[in-house]
Amino acid sequence: MAGSRNKGNPGIMGWFDDRFPATAMWEDHLSKYYAPKNFNFWYFFGSLAMLVLVNQILTGIWLTMSYTPTNEGAFASVEYIMRDVDYGWLIRYMHSTGASAFFFVVYMHMFRGMLYGSYRNPRELVWIFGMVIYVALMAEAFMGYLLPWGQMSYWGAAVIVSLFEAVPFIGPDLAQWIRGDYLISGATLTRFFALHVIALPIVILALVVLHIIALHEVGSNNPDGIEIKDKVDENGIPLDGIPFHPYYSVKDIVGVVVFLFVFCAIVFFFPEGGGYFIEAPNYEPANPLKTPPHIAPVWYFTPFYAMLRAIPPIAASQFPGVVVMGAAIAILFVLPWLDRSPVKSIRYKGWASKIGIVVFAICFCILGYLGVVASTPMRTILAQICTAIYFAYFFGMPFFTRMEKTKPVPERVTG
Amino acid sequence: MKKIILTLAVLLLPALVNAAGGGVHLDQIEVDFNNKSSLQRGMKTYVNNCLGCHSMQYQRYLRTAEDIGLSAALMKEHLIFGEQKVGELITNNMPKADAANWFGTAPPDLTLETKLKGSDWVYTYLRSFYQDESRPWGVNNSVFKDVGMPNVLGYLQGVQLNHCSAVELAENSTEIDPLTGVEIGGCYSLVEGSGEQTAKEFDRTIYDLVNFMSYIGAPHTMQSQSMGVKVLIFLFIFFFFTYALKKEYWRDIH
Amino acid sequence: MSEITMTDNGVNVGRRRLLIGATSAMGAVGAAGVAVPFLGSWNPSAKARAAGAPAKADISKLEEGQQMIVEWRGKPVWVVKRSKDSIATLATLSDRLSDPDSELLQQPDYIPHTPARSVREDIAVIVGICTHLGCSPSYRPEVGPQPFDAQWVGGFFCPCHGSRFDLSGRVFSGSPAPKNLVIPPHYYESDSVLVVGLNPQEAS
Repeated sequence: MAGSRNKGNPGIMGWFDDRFPATAMWEDHLSKYYAPKNFNFWYFFGSLAMLVLVNQILTGIWLTMSYTPTNEGAFASVEYIMRDVDYGWLIRYMHSTGASAFFFVVYMHMFRGMLYGSYRNPRELVWIFGMVIYVALMAEAFMGYLLPWGQMSYWGAAVIVSLFEAVPFIGPDLAQWIRGDYLISGATLTRFFALHVIALPIVILALVVLHIIALHEVGSNNPDGIEIKDKVDENGIPLDGIPFHPYYSVKDIVGVVVFLFVFCAIVFFFPEGGGYFIEAPNYEPANPLKTPPHIAPVWYFTPFYAMLRAIPPIAASQFPGVVVMGAAIAILFVLPWLDRSPVKSIRYKGWASKIGIVVFAICFCILGYLGVVASTPMRTILAQICTAIYFAYFFGMPFFTRMEKTKPVPERVTG
Repeated sequence: MKKIILTLAVLLLPALVNAAGGGVHLDQIEVDFNNKSSLQRGMKTYVNNCLGCHSMQYQRYLRTAEDIGLSAALMKEHLIFGEQKVGELITNNMPKADAANWFGTAPPDLTLETKLKGSDWVYTYLRSFYQDESRPWGVNNSVFKDVGMPNVLGYLQGVQLNHCSAVELAENSTEIDPLTGVEIGGCYSLVEGSGEQTAKEFDRTIYDLVNFMSYIGAPHTMQSQSMGVKVLIFLFIFFFFTYALKKEYWRDIH
Repeated sequence: MSEITMTDNGVNVGRRRLLIGATSAMGAVGAAGVAVPFLGSWNPSAKARAAGAPAKADISKLEEGQQMIVEWRGKPVWVVKRSKDSIATLATLSDRLSDPDSELLQQPDYIPHTPARSVREDIAVIVGICTHLGCSPSYRPEVGPQPFDAQWVGGFFCPCHGSRFDLSGRVFSGSPAPKNLVIPPHYYESDSVLVVGLNPQEAS
């Protein structure tokens, strides 16, 4: 692509362009990347995810400067950051709120993809890279949550790591290998620290690059689910496309400012998020001898946690629950091949798809709620129903998307 | 679609908020970190009655002095016992192992107590000791049943008697009528003249103490709020600029 | 065609430029604001400030000719009690010194620019870090010819690169060190208690 473009120009940029495709890259990804002109509110979340990623990396680097990754020092070093380091409280709250913001933004971004069929041919790889980012992000968040070494950090990690014990045959050895000890200990903390601050961020950054390169190779989808590249002018520019820069850069800045307003309101006034972003038991140092009365994962994991609890042990093994939880995430990877509809966007799909996605979203939220509260027999039944609907939505998709009556798709984008 | 999500969020939010509650009735405290004299009185009560057993080991005297409006010299003179320097952490010399022996469990550090249990809990707890001869220290507590801690502030409060069953007690309020100083709940009564303070004075003592403890739990609160207001105002104004810029460019497309 | 106009293809270029300028300016202010906590967090923390707090020293037992070292902010601060004779000698050294009147500001403003360079004439309080490359010179009080100086009258000698200083910390000419030694902020709480790290007006 870059090849022989922008070569032999005068000036400083010319000097650079002869040696590095600076202008070519700028054009390919911004000033001559043609995005559909009908992006709506849902399309803010991609750039917001990027913003939050930068926030997490910057604040994370700064936290590392004052944090002590040992079981003796970790808890006190977090309080040291909160009290003794100038603005340490702000940097820490930006990081802890950023974690929740990241998941909120990513969930919205994923839901957008599901609404408008952004995972469909030719964007399957974009979706899969995105899913790998999501899984890496869950690992990143889980390991990061151990680092403050509070009670919730400790017991959250203890519960999740013991899930691996449910794996048949090798389970106990596997869990012990992950912990590096017979219980969650300093050894676990240091390896989680290394993975959280170095390994996973590198993986996530690389995946983000792949996600964007793949996207820019095939072009963005849009709320109508039409390929804008099918209708081009005499210069090969899509008739419904507009250069990402300046049109979407100025538009995304508006989204960024609105997002920052909400984000800063939380950081400065409600950093604990009512106990959902920073949980109260985490104000007590980790104590392997005493479990807090009520432990729940952070809100962004609770839908899957609710599924885990909803599945009763079979043959005295928790493994089925673990499998279901894993499958709930795994099934999203094959979403591009489950959707057999002749149209991409929910706008032109039939009633089955429309009702399906709404019920799916409601079930996901209910599961999220159930994962936060203590379980009762009634709630377990509700969680089982929602889990069943979650899977029914995906397993039924190849059928209802083919059978339902779709609306005609317009030639050009609307709105 | 947007509407559905929004409705869902609105419907779910109260449910989420309620999920955190439960348990015994707690009296509410309205903390006020701008009330410096309350914070100072609270610290005095803390240093004189609590610090012997309960440290605040993550917080420094100097920082505290600056935030509650005391000079370093005043802090050193009146509120630091022993050889500690004003820049040091608020610690004590109690050996943890011995303490665990004496009280059944080592007295916890109090830096984050109001964050861990909530200010309301601490406020109610400290006013809910009642006479119970069956316990080693002669007192029990309706918020923290069979607590290992003696009623350290009993000399101020006096002897508090309980007339209710455990179940009634759990729902009892220990609120004091601010006008009359008379207790509204009804499970407790004070033995007249057994404490150095009246019920109303004692209530204020505990208010100040818990106000101070709440400040220690989140000493950045004041800075956070004043910065937060400025940042939000900035973003609010910035929004109009960015929105105007977007509008201007998008004229080309519409 | 190509006249300079405010509108080009129906685009109000002036308005667009103004908005870009204003938004960029606001953005720059915002970016600067974001930088504040990140830069600010690199300042010494409350813990470091507590460790670097003023140091107190009891000087009642310090005898003439004796040196004691007080640690302040991790640096050695020398406290030396000087005899009448050595104070008298200090006044005679002007020709051999690089900066006899301590004109290069290496001391708080309440320290006189006299040969004694001190609050109390008999007591020298000096940061024991060579102004050359940061070694700590050794105390060499003996008077008489030394391998490094044939006319040695007592003072400090740096083992790293051979810089020589008198008992007021003034550097002898010909030393690699460019400046006199630093005098830290300090005051006397009483006759016997020296406080290093605070100026007299900050004393509480």
